Amino acid sequence: MTEITQLTIHETLDGLKNKKFSTVEVIKEYIKEMEVKRSLNAYVLETPETALSQAKESDNRYFQGKERRLEGIPLGIKDLFCTKGIRSTACSHILDGFIPQYESSVTANLFSSGGICLGKLNMDEFAMGGSNETSYYGPVVNPWQQNRNLVAGGSSGGSAAAVAANICAAATGTDTGGSIRQPSSFCGVTGIKPTYGRCSRYGIMAFASSLDQAGPIAKDVRDCALLLNVMAGYDAKDSTSANLPVPDFTKVLGQSVKGLKIGIPAQYRPDGLNEEISAYWDKGIEILRSAGAEIVDISLPHTQYALATYYIIAPAEASSNLARYDGVRYGLRVDGDHLDNMYINTRTEGFGKEVKRRIMIGTYVLSAGYYDAYYLKAQKVRRLIRDDFIKAFKQCDVILTPTSPTAAFPIGDKHMNENPINMWLNDIFTVSVNLAGLPALSLPIGLSADGLPLGLQLIGKSFDEETVFRAAAVIEKEAKFERLK
Amino acid sequence: MIIQGKTNKWEIVCGLEIHCQIISKSKIFSTASTKFGADANQNVSFVDAGMPGMLPTLNQYCVYQAVKTGLGLCAKINKYSEFSRKNYFYADMPTGYQITQFQYPIVGEGVVTIDLEDGTTKEIRIERMHIEQDAAKSIHDIDPHKSFIDLNRAGVGLMEIVTKPDFRSPEEAGAFLRKLRSILRYLETCDGNMDEGSLRCDINVSVRPYGTKELRTRCEMKNVNSVKFVMQAIENEAKRHVEVYESGGTVEQETRQFDAVSGQTKAMRKKEFAHDYRYFPEPDLPPLIISDEYIKQIADELPELPDAKKNRFVNELGLTKYDAAVICENKEVAYFFEKAATGHDAKKVANWLMGDFFAMLKRKNLTIEQSPITAENLGRLVDLIEQNIISGKIAKDVFEIMSETGENPEKIVEEKGLKQVTDSSTIEAIVDQVIAANMDKVEAYKNGKTGLFGWFVGQVLKESKGKANPQIVNKFIQEKLG
Repeated sequence: MTEITQLTIHETLDGLKNKKFSTVEVIKEYIKEMEVKRSLNAYVLETPETALSQAKESDNRYFQGKERRLEGIPLGIKDLFCTKGIRSTACSHILDGFIPQYESSVTANLFSSGGICLGKLNMDEFAMGGSNETSYYGPVVNPWQQNRNLVAGGSSGGSAAAVAANICAAATGTDTGGSIRQPSSFCGVTGIKPTYGRCSRYGIMAFASSLDQAGPIAKDVRDCALLLNVMAGYDAKDSTSANLPVPDFTKVLGQSVKGLKIGIPAQYRPDGLNEEISAYWDKGIEILRSAGAEIVDISLPHTQYALATYYIIAPAEASSNLARYDGVRYGLRVDGDHLDNMYINTRTEGFGKEVKRRIMIGTYVLSAGYYDAYYLKAQKVRRLIRDDFIKAFKQCDVILTPTSPTAAFPIGDKHMNENPINMWLNDIFTVSVNLAGLPALSLPIGLSADGLPLGLQLIGKSFDEETVFRAAAVIEKEAKFERLK
Repeated sequence: MIIQGKTNKWEIVCGLEIHCQIISKSKIFSTASTKFGADANQNVSFVDAGMPGMLPTLNQYCVYQAVKTGLGLCAKINKYSEFSRKNYFYADMPTGYQITQFQYPIVGEGVVTIDLEDGTTKEIRIERMHIEQDAAKSIHDIDPHKSFIDLNRAGVGLMEIVTKPDFRSPEEAGAFLRKLRSILRYLETCDGNMDEGSLRCDINVSVRPYGTKELRTRCEMKNVNSVKFVMQAIENEAKRHVEVYESGGTVEQETRQFDAVSGQTKAMRKKEFAHDYRYFPEPDLPPLIISDEYIKQIADELPELPDAKKNRFVNELGLTKYDAAVICENKEVAYFFEKAATGHDAKKVANWLMGDFFAMLKRKNLTIEQSPITAENLGRLVDLIEQNIISGKIAKDVFEIMSETGENPEKIVEEKGLKQVTDSSTIEAIVDQVIAANMDKVEAYKNGKTGLFGWFVGQVLKESKGKANPQIVNKFIQEKLG
C-alpha cells in the first residue's frame, strides 16, 4: 500500500470519506515524516499539537457527515502568511517572535474549509530570492538527490520541498516574480500563480504589492485546482482583490484541448538555452499538438526588458513596504541612543544582505532626480509588456514556455553568489507574468540527464485559470512524471 | 498691505495649505473609530498600527465628504484621482509612509470669496485639494527621556486645501481662514476647530518689490494653530524678508517654526526637513473613479452656503451687508436667525439677535444651541412689538423673563398683564389726571418750557405702568397742552 503521505489531496479525501484511515492517523503519519526529514530544513516552525487537535475535530465532522471541502488535509503554510497565534516571520530576523493576532484571508479560507496547519514553511527572507538561501533560518535542501545538497528554489522553497518530500499534502506559496513556479519546477511539483487579484493579499506580508499573489503548490494539477477553489475569492479587506465569481477549477480537468491555440513565444528560446530544457519544451508542444491543439508562433517583443523592469518595480515597492519594520511595535529591536539610531541598529541587524540590497535599489529608483529615469520608465515598459500579452492572446488561448532556464543548482553555488544578477536571471521566464498580472502554472515535465526535475509553464489570459488547468492536465497525463516516494 | 522698508516698498505674496480633519465615524483607510477624546491608543486597528500584511481600504464616506467640500469651494471635481505613498521614517507614521494624493488629487481648482474690512470682497483661488491620512500624535512632555505615541489620530482622514499665492496681507489670510471654516462648518465636513487641531495651517511667505510681478524665494511655517497666529506669522516673516533683502542678503528656502510667545519665526535644523519623500503610486489602492451622477447627487444635497445665504438675507430680507455677514459667518446663528425671522420683521429680528440676544448669550456664557430663548419665541417677541401689543421698553422686560424661564413671550405678557393699553378713553383719562395734578408744570410749559413735554409723557407712562401706547399718549398730551 502507498504510504499515506504520498497520497494526493484527492486520494486522501477519498480515504478519509471511505474510512480507510482517520484524520488523526493522517496527521500522525505526516508528523512522523516531518521529524524524519528535518534535515531538509523545510519547516521553520512545526505545530503538531494544534494539528492533532484540529484532526480530532475533523474526524468528528467526518463522523457526523459534516466534512468541509478540505476536511483533514494537512497543509504547510509559507512563513509569509500571517497565522493567528502562530509565529510568522517571513523568515526574517527582524520579525523575531512575531505572533499575529489575525489570520491572513487565504489561510482563513483554507482552515475554515477543514485544512489543517502542520507548520510554517521556510522561504527566502521576505520572499526575496530564488534559492531559499536568503532565509534567516538557512537554506532548504532540495529533496531530489539530497546528497548533492541542491537548492529547492525560491522564494517558496520550503513549500515546494515539503510537497515534494511528502511532509505536507500541499502548501501555500506566494509568487512575486516566479516564487511559486520556479521552486515547483526545481522540486518536481505543481504550482500556480493565479491572476493578480484572484486571491486576497490581506495578511500576507507585502513584498511588492502590485506583483504579489498567493497560490497553491501541490502534488498534481487536480490538487492545485481544488486548493485554488478554496483560496481564491473576493475580499473587501484587499482593495486589489477582484470581485468576480470563482469557477470550480476542477471541472475543466480532463476536458479536451482539441482546437485550443497554444502560443509559443519566440523570445523564450534565446541562444544558448539549455538543450534539455529546450527538448522538454518541444515535448510539451508535441503532447498538446497530439491532443488536437493548434500550435501558434507568437511574439512577446518586450520580453528582454522584463527582468530589468521587474528589478526596478519590485524593489521600489519593497523599499516602502518594509519601512514598517522599524523595531517600534513588534519583532526585533536593537536599542540606540536616539530614535534614528534605534531604527538604524534594528534594520542593520534585522535584515539580511539581499533584503538590504533591494531596499537600497528601491530607495534609489524612487529618489528625486532618478524617479523618471527608473521607476517611471519601468512603469511604462511594464505597460508594453502587458500589451504584448494582450496582443498575443488575440492569436492564442494559452502560452507554453519552460519555467526556469536551469534545474536546481547547488547550495552556495559560486556562480550564483558572486553576482546577484546571475541569481536574478533565474526569473527570466517567470517575471513577465507578474508584470502583466496573468495566471501561470508550472508542472513537472521530466528529469534532466542527471536526474533533476524540470518544469514547463502555462500562461493564461487574465482570470482564465481554467484554460491553464485544462492544458496542464493534458500535459500531466502524458508526461507521466514520477513523484518522489 | 504694503511694507515700507528703509529703501523700498514691498508687497507680501502668501499662500496657505490647510489640513482639515474630515468628519467621519471611522478612519479613512481603516474601520477604527475617530471619536475625539478616547484614551490613548484605543482607536487603533491593525492597519493603523502598521502591522505586517495589513492593507488599507478606502472609506467611501470620506470620499463623499471630500467631493462635498470641493463643491463648496466651487472647485472642479476630478473624476479620476490616485493615491500615492509619501515615504518617511518617523515614529508618528507606523507604516513608514503616508497614504496621500500627489499627482492626481480628487479636487482641482476652485475659488473662495473673502469679505474684507472695507466692505469689499476678493477672490482667493484654490489650487487643489486632496485627501490623505493623518499621522499619530507624538507626546514629548510626559517623560524627560522618552517620547510617547498616540495612534488614535493615525489614519484619521484629512483634506489638504492648497491656495494659490493670492494673499497680499495678513488680514486677507485671516478673512480666508474664517470664511473657509464657515464653509466647512456649513458643509459639516470638518468641525474647523483650530485649537483642537482639526484645522491646521501651513503658511508660505515671500515678498517682492511693490509693483513687480516676480515670485521670490518663499519660506514655509508649519502647523500654526490660530487665525491670530497665522496673521502674526505672515506679518513678521514678511518683515524679516524685507530686512534681509534691504541689507543685501538673500532669503533661503526653508521651513521655519513660528513661536507663538515671541510672534517671531526661527529656522529649524536642516535635518528636520531635508526629506526626499520618494512619492510613488499606492499599489494597495486602485485609482479612485467617481461618476458624474455621484457628483450631481452630492451637489443636489449641498446646503446653502454662507455667501449665498448672506446675499439672500440682503436681497430678500433687507438686512444690511454687515448684519448679514455677521449672522451668516456661523451656521447655527444663521439657522437660528432664519427660523426666528420667518413670518416676522427680519430686520427687527436681526437687531434683537445681534443686540440683546448675543449679549444675553455672552453674559450667560452659552452657545446659541443652549439658548433658553427659542428662535420661534424671539420672532414672537418682535411680533408683539410690531403689533403694538407691548412697547419696546416692556419688550426688554419680557426678554429678561424669557432668558430666565424660556417661556413663550405671549404667555408672559398675558400672565403678567403687560399688554399695552391702546384704548383712547383710558389713556385720555390718565392724561387728564396727570395734567390736573400738575397745573404748575402746565403753566411753565405754556410759558415756553417746551422741554417739559417729555416729562408729561413719562408721567403718563409711569401711571400706566408702562403699558400705555406711547404714540397715543403723545397725541393726547399734544392736544391737551395745546
